Amino acid sequence: MAREIQNYTMNFGPQHPAAHGVLRLVLEMDGETIVRADPHVGLLHRGTEKLAESKPFNQSIGYMDRLDYVSMMCNEHAYVKAIETLLGIEAPERAQYIRTMFDEITRILNHLMWIGSSALDLGAMAVFLYAFREREELMDVYEAVSGARMHATYYRPGGVYRDLPDRMSKYRESPWHKGKDLKRVNSWREGSMLDFIDAFTADFPSKVDEYEDLLTTNRIWKQRTVGIGVVSPELAQQWSMTGPMLRGSGVEWDLRKKQPYAKYAEVDFDIPVGVNGDCYDRYLVRVEEMRQSNRIIRQCVNWLRANPGPVMVKNFKVAPPSRVEMKQDMEALIHHFKLFTEGYCVPAGETYSAVEAPKGEFGCYLVSDGANKPFRLHMRAPGFAHLSSMDAIVRGHMLADAVAMIGTYDLVFGDVDR
Amino acid sequence: MSEPHPTSLAERLVARFGDTLAISTARNEITAELAAADLIAVATALRDEPAFRFSELIDLCGIDYLGYGQTEWDTRTVSGSGFSRGVEGQAQGRFNWAERPRDTNRPRRYAAVVQLLSIEHNRRLRLRVFCEDDSLPVVPSLTQLWPGVNWFEREAFDLYGIIFEGHPDLRRILTDYGFVGHPFRKDFPLIGNVEVRYDPELKRVIYEPVSIEPRVLVPRTIRDDVDLMQAKAEAADRWREN
Repeated sequence: MAREIQNYTMNFGPQHPAAHGVLRLVLEMDGETIVRADPHVGLLHRGTEKLAESKPFNQSIGYMDRLDYVSMMCNEHAYVKAIETLLGIEAPERAQYIRTMFDEITRILNHLMWIGSSALDLGAMAVFLYAFREREELMDVYEAVSGARMHATYYRPGGVYRDLPDRMSKYRESPWHKGKDLKRVNSWREGSMLDFIDAFTADFPSKVDEYEDLLTTNRIWKQRTVGIGVVSPELAQQWSMTGPMLRGSGVEWDLRKKQPYAKYAEVDFDIPVGVNGDCYDRYLVRVEEMRQSNRIIRQCVNWLRANPGPVMVKNFKVAPPSRVEMKQDMEALIHHFKLFTEGYCVPAGETYSAVEAPKGEFGCYLVSDGANKPFRLHMRAPGFAHLSSMDAIVRGHMLADAVAMIGTYDLVFGDVDR
Repeated sequence: MSEPHPTSLAERLVARFGDTLAISTARNEITAELAAADLIAVATALRDEPAFRFSELIDLCGIDYLGYGQTEWDTRTVSGSGFSRGVEGQAQGRFNWAERPRDTNRPRRYAAVVQLLSIEHNRRLRLRVFCEDDSLPVVPSLTQLWPGVNWFEREAFDLYGIIFEGHPDLRRILTDYGFVGHPFRKDFPLIGNVEVRYDPELKRVIYEPVSIEPRVLVPRTIRDDVDLMQAKAEAADRWREN
């Protein structure tokens, strides 16, 4: 007996653990095969760009952390760099090295989150736990330097908020950490923050080896990723892809090399590229990027140890004077008052400043009309561009591959929805 | 960045497109302004011709130029009227829907701004297209040239109400299902028009008019660059002292 079979529509998310937040995916299915995918985004839209128009420039830096909340400081970097371009100021060399170092720390943080969560999506529980072990150490670095584990607001136009601290916080004795164990977890934390990062980076490659042991030759992992979600270099460029999504397809494009900012021109690192453009290649690219980031961090640590200096421009129209100066100097007090009540005016003009964020090109298009608030701020979010290609790529794949694809996009909805 | 061609990109653009593009090169960034009618032809050439090869469209966003250059605090003449001069004005966050500004001084309010990237030549280019009609802003869609622009155009439509002619699927993307208005327009109140809550009696989520008052803490101010130059000079002096 012949039966007519119809496609049916399936709703995926927004409360699905593999939706990486609040993705709602409407899938038209032919059995297990996807015929059409229609992602619905915007469930986390907070109007950051409109909010920024109503605030002095500096008050929006904190909003940048909350866009892509897994690569906080890279977002700040794009915004701060745009303001600096319009103001015509440049951060001191030490601040630029600090930014380079923290951009790379952020990249490792992001890729750890990515490797953990996308492995979890594809059924590998353990990687998630291991990745969060290292994330915790780096979160402590964020906290030591800014006071916040995630939303740092550390980069400022003209430099960074303050110099690196000369000690790290230690674990106190507790039922979970005591005796020999306490000594071990605190052994990296005896010296300055740079000593801690140095110890971390010396150890980290062996940790990356651990993740690779769990995944790279893992049969299940390869079955789920090899040949899945193949993106040709032409397709990647048509769909505005950047970052690991583009490099996974074999296009050697990295803003850190091609249009260097901060101190990327001074440090030595390689750009990994994929061959086949499938999920597995993008995994390999991201793993290698963690190793390269580690290399960059080590170079920055060495430079920062050898070269003390200012971390903020001494321009009181943009950066606040020190407390000591404020107590003694009338001018400094006025500057402080004006800066924190009115902010600074940015010369009229427009700029687009892009950084190589862990997920791809994170750009900031800033238009100023000469006021103390932006006239228009637009954030170019890599995840938004990547997710728009979902329909073109997953057509004809199986339902379970859509999950692999969402994972490989490295989506964070703070970034997609802004 | 290395320059593979003997002439700069700006010169090549002028040579190829002549008066079609109005080019400015502030801060080493090239901006080309063009008419909506020329967009498709110019964009096709920019994508395909070997001298340009802008293979990636990085970004597209809308802008509303209403109120550009307007301030709430007169800084040129000193007045004795106190802080109240700083709380009057029409900027973001000061009005509700009934009191929205209806300034029509600027001839064309809406524009779409496109950021292009040439991976081959390592060059960026910004295109700006103004919409001719403020009441019905229309720009041709670039989806035929770069499919990746699809969502960016949907976003600009959603937030600014710019209509992209020829777009295959121009739906709202970021705002709520059933949202009314285009929230990033300068005459759309920052506090919004409606608020949402769960009604325990009706047992569903309901929409109500906003109950909060518009409020701004820092007035919008424009000061001349003189301040900045002075600051630069002061900073230079201080470096010498240290």
